[in-house]
Amino acid sequence: MRIDDSVRQEILGSVPGLRAFAISLCGNVDRADDLVQEALLRALANIHSFQPGTNMSAWLFTILRNHFRSEYRKRRREVEDADGHYADSLTSHPEQHGQLELTEFREALSKLPEEQREALILVGASGFSYEEAAEICGCAIGTVKSRVNRARTRLAELMAIQGVDDFGPDHTTRAVLVGNQRG
Amino acid sequence: MKMDDDSMTTDKPMGFAAQAQSAEAGSQTKSAKANRLDRATRAKLGQQLRAVYDEVVSQGVPNRFTDLLTRLDNEGTQNAH
Repeated sequence: MRIDDSVRQEILGSVPGLRAFAISLCGNVDRADDLVQEALLRALANIHSFQPGTNMSAWLFTILRNHFRSEYRKRRREVEDADGHYADSLTSHPEQHGQLELTEFREALSKLPEEQREALILVGASGFSYEEAAEICGCAIGTVKSRVNRARTRLAELMAIQGVDDFGPDHTTRAVLVGNQRG
Repeated sequence: MKMDDDSMTTDKPMGFAAQAQSAEAGSQTKSAKANRLDRATRAKLGQQLRAVYDEVVSQGVPNRFTDLLTRLDNEGTQNAH
């Protein structure tokens, strides 16, 4: 397989974002890297179907997402308690100074429904437009918008920051509310 | 999501009751609630999301991926001749 320099550069340039996206999908760095590698192999095997001049990054994200959907989710269901393992792996980062808030955020993120999480990340972090995100997820633009909105609302609920300024609850109250919502 | 019914009906201090009712109402009208997230909250969520994401992005490209592309490219070169 000959790999053009420009293709190589574009692929490598997309790898950091692909890894971040993959980690958000499968919740585990090692598995995420395997997922990225498998996606790259698939992409290169089908490089002839890539249209030069179009968005290589979006194309790679699409391949990775579809591969995850068809393979990894099945496996994950088979081998582990998805919820527990996912949350653990996302929150197992060392808590450096000032990191506590991000740890809480990761935990909340891991509790989002998968479709909402991927939409939020593609639009809010990967920098794709709603249109590109819709293409990557294989759904309508309006669906992406609605998923992103619901994801934000749910995150705010999970982190109990919704309406904080209006009601001004103390920290204990917020903790109780979060506990109730997690039921 | 499962709400604790008891906490919704039992009398609580003012602030808590208002919060609880707000949370309950919100879970029933998702779309209306989405519009109620204020700008500051959305900005805060966006900032944290990018921080989590960028933490991975800042790790750059692990060697396994540059090695993979190099290996595939070399294989291709050998096969071609």
